[in-house]
This record gives sequence, C-alpha cells and structure tokens, in this order.
Amino acid sequence: MARAAVLGRLAPIRWQLADVRELIDETPRVKTIVLDAPEWAGHRAGQHVDVRLTAEDGYMAQRSYSIASAPEDELLSITVECLEDGEVSPYLTEELRVGDKLELRGPIGGYFVWETELGGPLLLVGGGSGVVPLRSMLRHRATAGPDVPSRLLYSARSLDDVIYREELGAVDVVYTLTRERPDGWTGYSRRVDADMLREVSFGGAGLAYVCGPTRFVESVADALVGIGYAPDNVRTERFGPTGG
Amino acid sequence: MEEQDLKLDGNAAAGLFRELFSFELTTARGRCDNCGAVAEVGAVLVFANAPGSVLRCPQCESVLMRIAKDGDRYWLDVRGITWLEIRA
Repeated sequence: MARAAVLGRLAPIRWQLADVRELIDETPRVKTIVLDAPEWAGHRAGQHVDVRLTAEDGYMAQRSYSIASAPEDELLSITVECLEDGEVSPYLTEELRVGDKLELRGPIGGYFVWETELGGPLLLVGGGSGVVPLRSMLRHRATAGPDVPSRLLYSARSLDDVIYREELGAVDVVYTLTRERPDGWTGYSRRVDADMLREVSFGGAGLAYVCGPTRFVESVADALVGIGYAPDNVRTERFGPTGG
Repeated sequence: MEEQDLKLDGNAAAGLFRELFSFELTTARGRCDNCGAVAEVGAVLVFANAPGSVLRCPQCESVLMRIAKDGDRYWLDVRGITWLEIRA
C-alpha cells in the first residue's frame, strides 16, 4: 500500500491562539467548535489538535481532539463530547462562548491519516464520537477525491446520539444502533461484528479506518483482518480518558 | 474505569513526539526487542495514565519506550526498541 506523502522535517510545534467563531450543537452532549486560527498551517484528514486550558492559578490541562473539518475547509473545527467526569470537555461544551480565545497546537499525528492519493475503496468504521476524524476524511474525499468509493459504518447508541446526522445524509452511511431504535427501524441493531463488516465492506479490498473506544476498535480491527483485510491496511485510533 | 479503557495507541503520544522530534514519529516503524514484531509507532499500545507514557508492543505487550516529562526536562527510555526507521 502506498503510504501518506512524505512529511519531511517538521516545524517546531508551538501553542497558538484561536478565536471561537461558532458553536454548533450536534447532540445534547456533543458540540462542534469552529475556530479562526490565523497561524494555522493546514492539516491532513485524520490529524488532531491539542487544546490547552489555563486556570487563573496557573494550573494547566491539555487534551487532544480529532480535527472535524476537512483540509479544504476555510475554518478549523473540532467536535467535543462532554464527559461527565472530564476536566476539559465540560468547559469546552458548556462554558466556552463565541468570541472566546482557545489555546491550541497542531496539527498532530500522521498515522491515522487519509489522503486521496492513498486511494480506496475506503471503509470507515466509527463508534460514538470516533466518527469525528472520519468526517474530516469524508469531507476531504467529497472535494478532493469523489471517485474513491467509500462507506461509513457508524455505531451509535441511538439515532439521537448520531453526530453530523444531517450531513451524513449525503454520503454512503450504514448505521447500527446499539441501545435504542426508533419504531420501525430496519437497520442494524447490534454491536459491529464480522458478519456486519462482511456485508458493508468492499470484500477486503482497499483501506479501513477504525476509530472509537479501545474495545470497539480492537474488536472491529480483529474482525476486519478475519474477513480478509491486510493488517497493514487497517488503521486504528483508540480514544480514551485523555479525551476528557 | 477498567484497565482496558486506559489503553490507547501511538496516536495519543503524537503531541509528545512532536515536542521532541522534528520528524513525524507515528509513521516511523520500530522493532520490538523482545519478540521482533515490527509496527508503526502509531499502532503500538500507549498507556498514558502512568507517570509519563508507556509504549508497549501490540504483539507481546512488552515495554518499548517510556517517556516522562517534568517541566522542561524529558526522560526517554527506549530499551525495548531494537531500531526505529524514520522517514525523512
């Protein structure tokens, strides 16, 4: 498989200030934060940004969030799920206001990245807010590589928990709802398993990107290899409590 | 919280690597000195809840690397890695 473009020597990574331009309610617990970051040098789909909060007494807390916007989008955005016992996400989702400044650095990471030259077919599998970097890839594909076949398999607890639901109406998406289903739901209603992946995937051809909680990622990645995907063609990103 | 929930991957160490290295380390390939498995750093296991970050082999789970930071000082323990192939 062709790997991502060679990156070369990277510029030193520095903290920069961004203006909060817009806050979008995605679900009751999830917000998208749209940022104007004048020093931002661009990113690749799948990369992250580190966000740092500093309290009045100097205490700092730092978290890494997947970038939700595509490289082609004018503004940078992240999508944050509020974790009840989190240190940073409750501030970002409940306290932050349009016009506030946010300290960030990035882009970060190069492993969980998809670019059009990597080709396809492209199978994206997201669990919960693991859909965020996959949305960046889908947007990138839509503008830069619309001929690459792609499909998103999105595991959510309920339809109300689906992030970017309206936008995803325009792409090839298959949902599985693990806890609550609307009346008359005819889609999948179980955890992602090998049978489901066999039905929605491209027969082991191309690339697969899996993002979600650790156990979700591990079971999906194992199942993908089990149905014929080459291990090197399955890219994974686990998120956990450092996302709080 | 269960131990399983604290297990992340090399993506979670990407910011720390960017502080230390001028090349992207998550796409570098490294060999586990214990079992010989070769993996991209982005795919190894990372336990970030320890004091510092501990990187473990995705095959045998032995320690590849430990990184601790205190203020402006970093400690890098790379005893579990035979080699790293970094793309310049």
